[in-house]
Amino acid sequence: MKLRSAMGALTALGMVMTASTSFADGHSEGSLGAVMKNGSVQCGVSQGLPGFSNKDDAGNWTGIDVDYCRAVAAAVFGDASAVKFTPLSAKERFTALSSGEVDILSRNTTWTMTRDTQLGLNFAGVNYYDGQGMMVPSSLGVTTATELDGASICTNTGTTTELNITDFFRSNNMSFELVAFEKADEVVAAYDSGRCDVYTTDKSGIAAQRLKLADPAAHTILPETISKEPLGPVVRQGDDQWFNIARWTLNCMINAEEMGVSSANITDMMNSDNPGIKRLLGTEGTFGENLGVSNGWCANIIEQVGNYGETYEANVGSNTPLKLARDGSVNALWTKGGLMYAPPIR
Amino acid sequence: MAYHTEPDRDGSDEGGLAALIYDPKARGLLFQTILLLAVIGFFAWILDNTVSNLAAQNKKSGFGFLEESSGFQILTTLGTYLIEARPGVATYFDIFWIGVVNTLAVAVVGIIFATIIGFAIGIFRLSSNIILRGFATVYVEVLRNIPLLLQILFFYIVVLRILPGKREEGYTLFNSAFGLNIEGLFAPFPVIREGIGVVMLALIGAIFLAWVIAWLAKKRQEATGKQFPSFWVGLALIVLIPLVVFYMVGEPMNLEYPKFLNAGDVRPDGRTVSRIQAGYDIELGGMVVVPEFLALLIALSLYTASFIAEIVRAGILAVASGQTEASKALGMSNGQNLRLVVIPQALRVIIPPLTSQYLNLTKNSSLAVAIAYPDIVSVFAGTALNQVGQEIEMIFMMMMVYLVISLVTSAFMNWFNDRMRLVER
Repeated sequence: MKLRSAMGALTALGMVMTASTSFADGHSEGSLGAVMKNGSVQCGVSQGLPGFSNKDDAGNWTGIDVDYCRAVAAAVFGDASAVKFTPLSAKERFTALSSGEVDILSRNTTWTMTRDTQLGLNFAGVNYYDGQGMMVPSSLGVTTATELDGASICTNTGTTTELNITDFFRSNNMSFELVAFEKADEVVAAYDSGRCDVYTTDKSGIAAQRLKLADPAAHTILPETISKEPLGPVVRQGDDQWFNIARWTLNCMINAEEMGVSSANITDMMNSDNPGIKRLLGTEGTFGENLGVSNGWCANIIEQVGNYGETYEANVGSNTPLKLARDGSVNALWTKGGLMYAPPIR
Repeated sequence: MAYHTEPDRDGSDEGGLAALIYDPKARGLLFQTILLLAVIGFFAWILDNTVSNLAAQNKKSGFGFLEESSGFQILTTLGTYLIEARPGVATYFDIFWIGVVNTLAVAVVGIIFATIIGFAIGIFRLSSNIILRGFATVYVEVLRNIPLLLQILFFYIVVLRILPGKREEGYTLFNSAFGLNIEGLFAPFPVIREGIGVVMLALIGAIFLAWVIAWLAKKRQEATGKQFPSFWVGLALIVLIPLVVFYMVGEPMNLEYPKFLNAGDVRPDGRTVSRIQAGYDIELGGMVVVPEFLALLIALSLYTASFIAEIVRAGILAVASGQTEASKALGMSNGQNLRLVVIPQALRVIIPPLTSQYLNLTKNSSLAVAIAYPDIVSVFAGTALNQVGQEIEMIFMMMMVYLVISLVTSAFMNWFNDRMRLVER
């Protein structure tokens, strides 16, 4: 009896060892191999931030971060629907990425040096240039952030916003009380009930969360931008091929917009004689194969998801509830005075 | 057929080895050794895998981060009162202790409240008064059947919604000594001066004196049967002696009351209060209990009390009714019967499951993260973890905290249980 249980334990142990060995094999062939085997891209998104990653009334994920994940799926599989979304809190997102629960994190995440060096992450680029702002009830009569000495402030845990707001108040020699919640919904509920004078997060986030307030018109967004928040997709360090795919998926979308290639005109553009467009769409050269995917990778992205400008206007632009005008902002193309710039495909 | 049931006695070498194989003790030892080696190998492999995976991802490891300074502010709580929490000065190790203190604070106060409410509701459930009994039944059935997280969020949102805004004085008590608005419960804060040590000494002396009197009274009762009201005498000594000493040494402690400032008021340092700054200012006196703590405390106490009530009811019902009849026959009053006969016996049934409830309450306090109370999960495994990014070390530290708290709680309760055990002669 004792012997049999010992043997049973040994067998179980052996099975665990075998299973984990094969897991280790999966690791060594890289994220691309694992994704291919899986049949879909596992993408980490937010728990609901309108315009960036949010479920619509029909239960479909929408947003600029969601579109990026679909673009990665289109590049890898030629099918933008081969993607699974995992909603993650700000706190658990990096753990989920480094443990392999998600292949890519596209969750309005700020690119900072600590995250690059200490957390073992690689940022594939910037898909939205943001900055931290503050919102106050209009009834307080505050017009600038320097009047906020003694204010209580609501925000999320596990983000750069806690550090930025602390820095801002310290450098201006002002005191404040910070109430930090895990989920954005509770932050909004607490702010709406008057627990805090100020709600602070990225400006795009404020524009989105403001829509959830009982009376959005009764709140003012202060003019100050107290930080730089370049938001972008993130992958694990140590897998250069997967990092390249993540980076060039974004570059493809920005380059396509710059060259005037969109989902509306892509069928005509496939016959274009412009060498730049030919390289972009894979009718010339083997750029896709060098990346480890098919040569039509970028054409698939644009046909199924659209270029950067299209996803911006559809999710956060002037005609959406967020009304984040792009013209004249840092998120415009470099040719129009903005910061959106992608290295050439050649 | 070469089927040996017994090893050959003449083949000495072979026989010795075979004997070893057929010896159940030796065989058991062999497989146990193999199993032990396999288990050690398994954990060594996990450790090696973790370390090499972390290295492959260029992630830092080790506990060096504890000495780095943190850059974020923490909500005013017991932890930030006891430990320096100024951003840029506090290290991550300080952050860790702030989290531990806050977790302990809500757990200890919660356990006290839950025990008092639980005992009351448990006794109400056995009451002959139909209103009390009905209330207790409804209380238990409603509260223990709703998930705790929902209750915490419910109390938090309710607390926030019903309280007046931070720029109103809100509900006040005792001529504004206490004030309650959305920023929390403001209360007087004791400020001690030189001479408080003498009062403390007097208090300790009084407690000792009361104990001696109780001991003498018990001896006398055992010897002569005469009773002495040692409880009331002891209580009087414990209250009166320190009080007299307190006034004799010139009141070495006074209370600082919370101050409410309106916009436009002038502070003692000459600055005018702005519109934003209006409200209670604890820098000028008094202390604050934030609504996050209040909501968490209410939810944890009420929820756990519903389980404790059932444990208490079961404990009292477990005492045979013959015990009460016997004490009545001896002429004991209802109170004496409850205090001297029923409860000591009921406690033996109550204490072991009560320990589990205390442990549950402590662990459930980690739900604080939902409502911004800076306990260890929220502030250390949340904000700090996100800045540092060393999941394994930080989660390990957090697990150790809960393990130590739980082990200490159950060690104390086991000691208490031993004291309450039936002493067999």
